[in-house]
Amino acid sequence: MSKTTFTSDKNVLTVTRSFDAPLPLVWRTWTEPELLDRWWAPKPWKSKTKHMEFKEGGYRLYAMIGPEGEEHWGRTDYTSIEHHLNFTGDDIFCDENGNVNKELPVAHFATNFNEVSGQTEITMITEYESEEQLKQVIEMGMKEGLSMAFENLDEVLVAEA
Amino acid sequence: MEKRRDVFQAIADPTRREILLLIAGEPLNLNSIADEFEISRPAVSQHIKILDESGLVVIQKKGRQRVCHINPDKIKEIDDWLNPFKELWENRFNSLDSLLEELKDESKNKNL
Repeated sequence: MSKTTFTSDKNVLTVTRSFDAPLPLVWRTWTEPELLDRWWAPKPWKSKTKHMEFKEGGYRLYAMIGPEGEEHWGRTDYTSIEHHLNFTGDDIFCDENGNVNKELPVAHFATNFNEVSGQTEITMITEYESEEQLKQVIEMGMKEGLSMAFENLDEVLVAEA
Repeated sequence: MEKRRDVFQAIADPTRREILLLIAGEPLNLNSIADEFEISRPAVSQHIKILDESGLVVIQKKGRQRVCHINPDKIKEIDDWLNPFKELWENRFNSLDSLLEELKDESKNKNL
């Protein structure tokens, strides 16, 4: 299994990962709603796309649905698209109608695709306005249970180690 | 070649987190660990194998016993505020791996 690498530099996060599949197929899994919904949500959450138009100026409006039916809505706005190369845009928190939640940070992202020997390497660069905003979003993710709930494990383990 | 596994995958499972908590208290041999769980011995062994592959647990052979120790350096890797973000993406990518395998199989079958 391929290893994901994460690097962070203040307000910028970079994620790299290779997939054992040809680029056109991997591209489809990131740009078609039915396929996106099959991997976007971390189990036991589910992803549901309400609207998606993958084109420059278009957007994807989707919900992450939790095990108890709780819904968290998001919108991905597509700014630029270079077929089979990369696409860029913004990730925004919103309501089920796509109305932006102005109190929460916006992430600007660029997702790049590169095929090397039949494997497709993805590089995702996510940028927030500031490091504080980045931390805020991550903390929210923890509260909403989108992480697998460490509970107090890491504290206990670090104390015992 | 030894298989290597990511720590986040290793701790994604609640049983494995419990195992880590157990041996954080004191090193234990496989049987003692298995005794604490209702699931089968092979299932516990499989979990420990994954923890071993991730480097979180070190298994020491003492005669016929295999004693599991926690690896404090690896544990420190978990203690990072970026963790929820990393977990989220690891999770997504694992699902994407499975989906890509399915899609590749589907297209192979169409060509038959």
